[in-house]
Amino acid sequence: MHELSICLALLDQVQDIARDHGATSVDRIRLHIGPLSGVEATLIQQAYPLVAAGTLAEHAELIIDAIPVRVYCNQCGDETEVKPNRLLCGRCGGHHIRIVSGTEMLLAHLEMTRPDD
Amino acid sequence: MCDTCGCNITPGNEHLVRDGGRHALTDTGRESVTVLANLLDENDHQAAHNREHLDRRGILAINLMSSPGAGKTSLLEATLGALGPTLRIAVIEGDLETENDADRIRAKGVPAVQITTGSACHLDAHMVHRALHELDLDGLDLLFIENVGNLVCPASFDLGHHRNVALISVPEGDDKPAKYPVMFRAADLVLCTKSDLLPVLPEFQPSRAETHLRNLATSAPFLTLTTREPASLAPWLQWLHEELAAQRARGARGQTIRPGGDANLVPRLAHGNGGHQHHHHGEHGYHHHHD
Repeated sequence: MHELSICLALLDQVQDIARDHGATSVDRIRLHIGPLSGVEATLIQQAYPLVAAGTLAEHAELIIDAIPVRVYCNQCGDETEVKPNRLLCGRCGGHHIRIVSGTEMLLAHLEMTRPDD
Repeated sequence: MCDTCGCNITPGNEHLVRDGGRHALTDTGRESVTVLANLLDENDHQAAHNREHLDRRGILAINLMSSPGAGKTSLLEATLGALGPTLRIAVIEGDLETENDADRIRAKGVPAVQITTGSACHLDAHMVHRALHELDLDGLDLLFIENVGNLVCPASFDLGHHRNVALISVPEGDDKPAKYPVMFRAADLVLCTKSDLLPVLPEFQPSRAETHLRNLATSAPFLTLTTREPASLAPWLQWLHEELAAQRARGARGQTIRPGGDANLVPRLAHGNGGHQHHHHGEHGYHHHHD
């Protein structure tokens, strides 16, 4: 359950940004999570209300975009979506690949309410 | 990854942060901000500082990860016995409870700091930072960090070390790399331990474990060994010597390395000359469009 630690880190970032913007509440939080980050989206969703209770992000809607694992093949030049435990080129099976997406663990986007909005 | 230098920005997302695209009002009038910051920025920041502590002294730090009972502490005991006469070594032990593992290391005459994490399933860079301050780092060659036995959570946290070593023991089954790809993809070396059990556990085939590992597109060496046969440790000890030499060569070039592959070579943190931007609370840690 390292998702609780990650949720605490998320809330620190969200509160910093909300404070900088003079927001009175955070309404929506969007995360990008890829399977190769090692973080489970459902566990983040479960941990969030515990961590956010009593903060200005308490009632925020938490949206988690699942980012697919995609690899670029240096051999055949194709980009394919693959499974997290088979990171070979989906077309030619080559292993000289570069991970294009799927490792993300990002706070992507925030929506907040300011008193003068 | 850091949110001050903009390395979170990729060709795929830069349109979100350019030209005010990130900072706008939604149709309901709320303020909308695109952030694109790694959730573990704070940990990674501390990890970079830990690495600088170590790099300044030319110390190579190795993070040992495996499931509970794969033989991390036994491997350390055998390794300290073999390298103790030639290298100065210290150990940081991570466990939920007890000083047992640190006591086993101290019995070998090697300084050890035990981190008891309580209920935390992994070490993080802040815990390791506190432990570093309990150790006398001067003159040290090698630091082993034995992570909490767990094949999931430790993989997500940079501790400020240089190399990840993942253990897979024969009784666990040879499909562990397929079941825990995040952990094994991050490994710079995979050790198949307890190989003395192979004759009684023929269902474990080291070649199959290595195939699962190669499916993760990693070229990390895969070594089979057992602490019961000290000669089998030779390739592992050789790897440690080579990594220590590589760490010293990097230091001479002003470079360091983050764990998880040679692609992670990075310049060392510049201290005291403004070369490193600190991110503290209250500063803008995201990409702000100033009008």
